[in-house]
Amino acid sequence: MTQPSTRNEGEVAPADGTSDIVKMSDVRFRWPGPRSFSLAINDFILPARERVLLTGPSGAGKSTFLSLLCGIVAPESGHLEVLGTDTAKLSNAARDHFRAEHFGIIFQMFNLLPYGSIIDNVLLPLNFTAKRRERASQRGSIEEEALRLLASLGLETEDLHGMSTASLSVGQQQRVAAARALIGRPEIIVADEPTSSLDRDRQDAFLDLLFAEATEAGASVIMVSHEETLGSHFDRVLRLEDIAVATRSAAA
Amino acid sequence: MIVPRLALQSLLNRALTASLTVLAIAFSVMLLLGVEKVRTGARQSFADTISGTDLIVGARSGGIQLLLYSVFRIGNATNNITWKSLEDIAKHPDVAWVVPLSLGDSHHGFRVLGTTPDYFKHYKYRHGRPITFAQGEPFDDLFDAVIGADVAQALEYKAGDPIIVAHGTGSISFVEHEDKPFRVSGILEKTGTPIDRTVHVSLEAIEAIHVDWKQGIPMPGETVSAEDVRAMSLKPTAVTAALIGLKSKIATFRLQRMINEYPEEPLSAIIPGLTLQELWQLVGTAETALSVVSAMVVATALLGMVTMILTTLNERRREMAILRSVGARPATILGLLATEAGLLTLAGVILGAILLYAALAVLQPYVDRAYGLHLSINPPTYREWITLGAIVLAGFLAGLIPAARAYRQSLADGMMVRT
Repeated sequence: MTQPSTRNEGEVAPADGTSDIVKMSDVRFRWPGPRSFSLAINDFILPARERVLLTGPSGAGKSTFLSLLCGIVAPESGHLEVLGTDTAKLSNAARDHFRAEHFGIIFQMFNLLPYGSIIDNVLLPLNFTAKRRERASQRGSIEEEALRLLASLGLETEDLHGMSTASLSVGQQQRVAAARALIGRPEIIVADEPTSSLDRDRQDAFLDLLFAEATEAGASVIMVSHEETLGSHFDRVLRLEDIAVATRSAAA
Repeated sequence: MIVPRLALQSLLNRALTASLTVLAIAFSVMLLLGVEKVRTGARQSFADTISGTDLIVGARSGGIQLLLYSVFRIGNATNNITWKSLEDIAKHPDVAWVVPLSLGDSHHGFRVLGTTPDYFKHYKYRHGRPITFAQGEPFDDLFDAVIGADVAQALEYKAGDPIIVAHGTGSISFVEHEDKPFRVSGILEKTGTPIDRTVHVSLEAIEAIHVDWKQGIPMPGETVSAEDVRAMSLKPTAVTAALIGLKSKIATFRLQRMINEYPEEPLSAIIPGLTLQELWQLVGTAETALSVVSAMVVATALLGMVTMILTTLNERRREMAILRSVGARPATILGLLATEAGLLTLAGVILGAILLYAALAVLQPYVDRAYGLHLSINPPTYREWITLGAIVLAGFLAGLIPAARAYRQSLADGMMVRT
């Protein structure tokens, strides 16, 4: 496995609440193929433990921004540093491993694999990183940790046994997804409009529970949404168009 | 170990389509293995038609023709061999026994074979198995006949029934030896060989029914009654062919050469095993065609599997995005889908083999009884293991087609799938 150029993988900057765990400057990226959407991020910094809401209209490049941040795609140019590692310089495989180890990701909907148990879904990231698995087992077995997280996110664990993921309500599915993002205490929780399918009360409840767990784990949270009204839950609200320029060409 | 587990869980999640795919593969594998079993069974049954006979002697002709008329009762001899030549051969020190065969008459389409009681002692089939009697015993009286199992079944004969032999070998004959009726003295057990379709009588009986015939037709006014014929000398002057057993197999080629070079009369001697192989090679093309067809059925089943996986890919893009988000590499996605295909094929192959053996266990006695085709229930042969392994590998490789597509999709989608 290719090692990060600036630090050994897994060796991260201390999350003391003051250091910046994500630094982006002059990052340029263009999707290959006919959609030909490009995004230029001028400057973005995420301090440790900070909760940031990133807003922007549809098509502003929010998902592309998250794909870059999580290392699903690599920038064409510019500087992208996460936890002291220049992820743009990592090999594809090393970047995938880096993501498994340091990121917890929650999608807007359909977060769970339709097969496997609820516990299997929560434990899924631990299959791809030994260090996160180790961290998850510090307080007991990984299954116990999964149940603990589910309970603290408001899911009655005794009801979950034998239930297929398809039988969960959307709100419950999002909580399982949150537990999956939080297990093994990754440093960065990335959420892509996780509350858009919930009503306002449930949105508030979900964010409160998510932040409580993220705070306990010492994780930063970056969430994208087009609902600026959620801003009161966050330390900072950023509009994507203030930090990035999206360009969409008509033809490839 | 995450990939096999995920692949298995994913397949179980789509149990209906997955099991239908497995079933399609299983049936195709069953067909392929079944064809192989029938093929080897047929070849074995064919090779087992005669054993224990070292040489077959007939008039000078092609080896296959001699084998066809003397063993398979197909076609006719070009000429007879004289009794004197046969006696000469029997006197040879290497010869243990000689069983003469006289063909030319029939009974309701079944060939009549004139021979000696030694025939039942020396004729062996399927690795030296002797002919056994289901009812009655070998011919004793001049007009006794021993019939094969198929003859008895088709004509509903039992021991003691009278039969009338017809002249010539057609199934419908207008010239019958009705003045000299025979009696069924014995019925043979099913052998799966041409014996089942043969009416056996003594050599003397063949002479007896033709005693008042010349040039293949009855001589008018020269009718000899069945009673009178018993008093006559019925020693044959010629027979159609003869089976020869040797004291030592080492002498086979020496005696074969001697017979082929016999100065008194043009004769041919063949080694049954070798000529059977020659004959099988003639029909081998059909055997290859059968294998090719069943291989194509397997290919079709695998194609069906690839189609099934491909059609589900679009709805699984979200699943791939989730896996990518938790750190799965695109190669893991590729491996997941290829493994799913591999598991489907493996399950199909295993189920196909189980179905085949179950079908064999049920059908084997029936097929043996009805067609005389012995299908052996053995573990897969080396060749079959290789075939099965190749099918699983082909399934895994075929799975790479949808897997490569999913790989490209997951690279292009990133986290943007909104399905």
